[in-house]
Amino acid sequence: MSDISRDTMLLTTPFHSRVEAMCDLNDWGNWMGYTTPNAYFDVELEYFAVRSTTGVFDLSPMNKYRVTGPDAQRYLDRLITRDVSKIGIDRVGYAIWCDDNGQIMDDGTIFRLGEQDYRICSYQRADDWLAWNKLGFDVTIDNESEAVAGLAVQGPTSCTVLTLLGCTDLNQLKPFGIAHYTFEGQPMMVSRTGFTGDLGYEVWVPPETAEALWDQLFDRGHDYLIKPIGSYALELARIEAGFLQANVDFMPAEEVVRVGRTRSPFELGLGWLVDFSKPLFNGRAALLKEQANGSRYRFAMLDVEGNKPAEHSFILKGDKQVGTVTSAAWCPTAKANIAYAQIEMPHGAVGDELVAEIYYQRELHWTRLLAPCKVIDAPIFKSPKRWQTPAPPH
Amino acid sequence: MTDYDAVIIGAGHNGLVCASYLAKAGKQVLVVDGRNEPGGCASTREFTPGFNVSDCAQWLSQFDQSIVKDLDLKGAGLRLGKAKATISLQPDSDHLILDGDHVTGAGIDAVDQAAYRDFRKMVRSFAKLMTTLYRSRPPKLVEQNWTDRLTLMKLGLHLKLLGRERLRDLMRIVMINIYDVMNEHFTHTALKSTIALEAVTGTNMGPRSPNTVYSYLHRATGEHLGQTGTTQVIGGMGALGKTLASAAEKQGATLKLGAAVTAIVKTDDRVSGVKLASGESISAKVVISSADPTTTFRDLLGYHQMEAGMAKRAEHYRSRSGTAKLHLALSALPTFSGLSDAQLAERLVITPSMDNMERALNPMKYRELSDLHTFDISIPTAEDPELAPAGQHILTAIVHYVPFSPDIGWETGRPQLMSQLLSELESYAPGIGSLVTASELVVPSDFEASHGMTGGSWHHGELSIDQALMMRPFPGSTQYATAVDGLYLCGAGAHPGGGLQGLPGRNAAKEILKRGALS
Repeated sequence: MSDISRDTMLLTTPFHSRVEAMCDLNDWGNWMGYTTPNAYFDVELEYFAVRSTTGVFDLSPMNKYRVTGPDAQRYLDRLITRDVSKIGIDRVGYAIWCDDNGQIMDDGTIFRLGEQDYRICSYQRADDWLAWNKLGFDVTIDNESEAVAGLAVQGPTSCTVLTLLGCTDLNQLKPFGIAHYTFEGQPMMVSRTGFTGDLGYEVWVPPETAEALWDQLFDRGHDYLIKPIGSYALELARIEAGFLQANVDFMPAEEVVRVGRTRSPFELGLGWLVDFSKPLFNGRAALLKEQANGSRYRFAMLDVEGNKPAEHSFILKGDKQVGTVTSAAWCPTAKANIAYAQIEMPHGAVGDELVAEIYYQRELHWTRLLAPCKVIDAPIFKSPKRWQTPAPPH
Repeated sequence: MTDYDAVIIGAGHNGLVCASYLAKAGKQVLVVDGRNEPGGCASTREFTPGFNVSDCAQWLSQFDQSIVKDLDLKGAGLRLGKAKATISLQPDSDHLILDGDHVTGAGIDAVDQAAYRDFRKMVRSFAKLMTTLYRSRPPKLVEQNWTDRLTLMKLGLHLKLLGRERLRDLMRIVMINIYDVMNEHFTHTALKSTIALEAVTGTNMGPRSPNTVYSYLHRATGEHLGQTGTTQVIGGMGALGKTLASAAEKQGATLKLGAAVTAIVKTDDRVSGVKLASGESISAKVVISSADPTTTFRDLLGYHQMEAGMAKRAEHYRSRSGTAKLHLALSALPTFSGLSDAQLAERLVITPSMDNMERALNPMKYRELSDLHTFDISIPTAEDPELAPAGQHILTAIVHYVPFSPDIGWETGRPQLMSQLLSELESYAPGIGSLVTASELVVPSDFEASHGMTGGSWHHGELSIDQALMMRPFPGSTQYATAVDGLYLCGAGAHPGGGLQGLPGRNAAKEILKRGALS
């Protein structure tokens, strides 16, 4: 061993020994400072595990902040744009938070664990912003990111597999609900949440029981064709299911240095998460102004003709460039070529017919393709299983 | 239906000026203040029986003439003393006398005398430029607004009129410190430190601190705004407060003294009134605060009532001071070595050198008491004998540098500092100690308690470029409006800042009326 400092090396998650053992391709990426697999054995087969059986994704690098104290709810209500009081105990809410200019800093989920006890699960590190938000509130913020290991267990057989693991009556858990179990003598929390648009759960345990959880999960799930999935497969699933990704579909406001590169909730199609009936939340005044004066951009989901993903494409209206693509994929289950785009107003309304300027290369031969596309009103992949309670048997 | 069109928090000079202008425009205005006397920092207090001291500000030099005229303050009884020379006391009793553009004594030579005239001329031209900005709302740079553009065009014109040399000088010195500028212009040690004292009065800065050129120019605007020179108010500074109060009442404003505001009340998404210590609530279309920004946002409104970015900016706002006041009751007129009795009516300063000032600042930074101080002395009874019993006198002095809360605590520190200050005085005024019949030391934390100034900051927040003009008190809450609907600022924490000017109050009233916030 050299004595070089390890401070700047990528970290590993509590599941790493198991992840490494199953990562046949040895294809690794850097996710927020953690070594995470891009793919384990085959991106498309991993993707189909999520859609047909069960896919397991290590989401331990997500940031987790525990918010407790007498003002916890008021604190969160000022922080995020939706009404926190509507999230009941043992329920989860999808949320976004903005800066004072009404520009999105991040999206994430709010877990309500008690009367004044919440956990924020965010993509970005948010220590600084959450600490500043404490001014004037009696709350305690604990960064639990390393104290909680998490696995997303997603797909049609996920409920069955987790039930075999000991999650009794899990099929009764409603979407966005939380159930508590004991695993190996330690608490295990299961939430019916996910990033794939299908029946699925997220399982949260202390790091000490992480390896045991992985082992038993894959043991119980063997007959139900459980597979680990990497970031590439998840990316396909989330585009198909209509989920936005920070740093891909929008830039977190705090990280942006160039003027005009941030986006508001309205500009990302997330206006439904903004509750103006609340008298105060970060960004409210600016968003009211935007609502009155109009937005600069519109978020559009495009159904693109052909099978060439419109990655990084310009979007044209006639000869004029009116937008750019942020995410794009050929979605295998929906059998559709989907792209997310930011379109300059007033273009991009549902039904608007546009053109994607796609460049692709085969054996060093570049081709420019002008693919007609149409703005659609909802994600192309819709699984009724996502919303059914009790969770349907496979 | 609200109780008033506007409730103004604080009956200091800015609050009263603002109230007068609003009432003059026919608005229903209530001014509330926890103190029993109007005037805020323009206050007089009987600190020991028969001795009335100006217990915060002691000099008037910047009070805007347009306000005196608009509100007919002379008609309301405001009387000022004569313009005072500044006598910088020297250990060898050969004192340096600054009077207008002339400087004499202490062995000053013709070169420095000429340099002083040139320097004054330069400062006057810069101060004139600043006066243009001070008499209007601060222009925002990025918004497409005609009022702001006009102000900027005027500013541009004035900058052009300065001429290339002057403009270059201004750009060069405005961000640096008074120490370097003094050394560029003068060789005379006491002349340098006497001018430098102006730059740090009421601040937390030493002559080598950045921003001291800006704070000096800020003081220099007095030549254009007040046009009175450095003067004392006859009857004590509180007479200015009383005059402003009666002017406001004459215009139709209502004053409620001895009624401290405990909270700014928000209903839904806007400010709707104030709550008093008595429990009484008063509603208004707008609340205008002349309290300092920290008191206004942190203590009265509360950080939880605003968006987080604004709370962060308010929390970052710098509001500190190394300024204390010494009050002495004297059984007779003191004797200062080398001064005639008549000269005791002038402004006396003790500030031997800029290096001494900087050395005096250092212990303060580490919450320690210094054994060096600067004094800005007024013997108000020399011109206005009524302030003390016949034949007896008052000495007040603005003293730098005194920490807000020394590590040894004020219980131990106060008597220690008092005897230190008296011994420093004694060397310039032998025998003064034996004349003292009562004494009082007002430290920065006392000012915070008595006058509600956070950190004891006389200017309601440091006078520095990052907290000035279109950034005062902080971005997002400028031009007298705040990011919270219905809440406005009219105190020294708003443009153009501290000192007894009245301009924040006047400008705020004009802006609020122009916006139609009270219609």
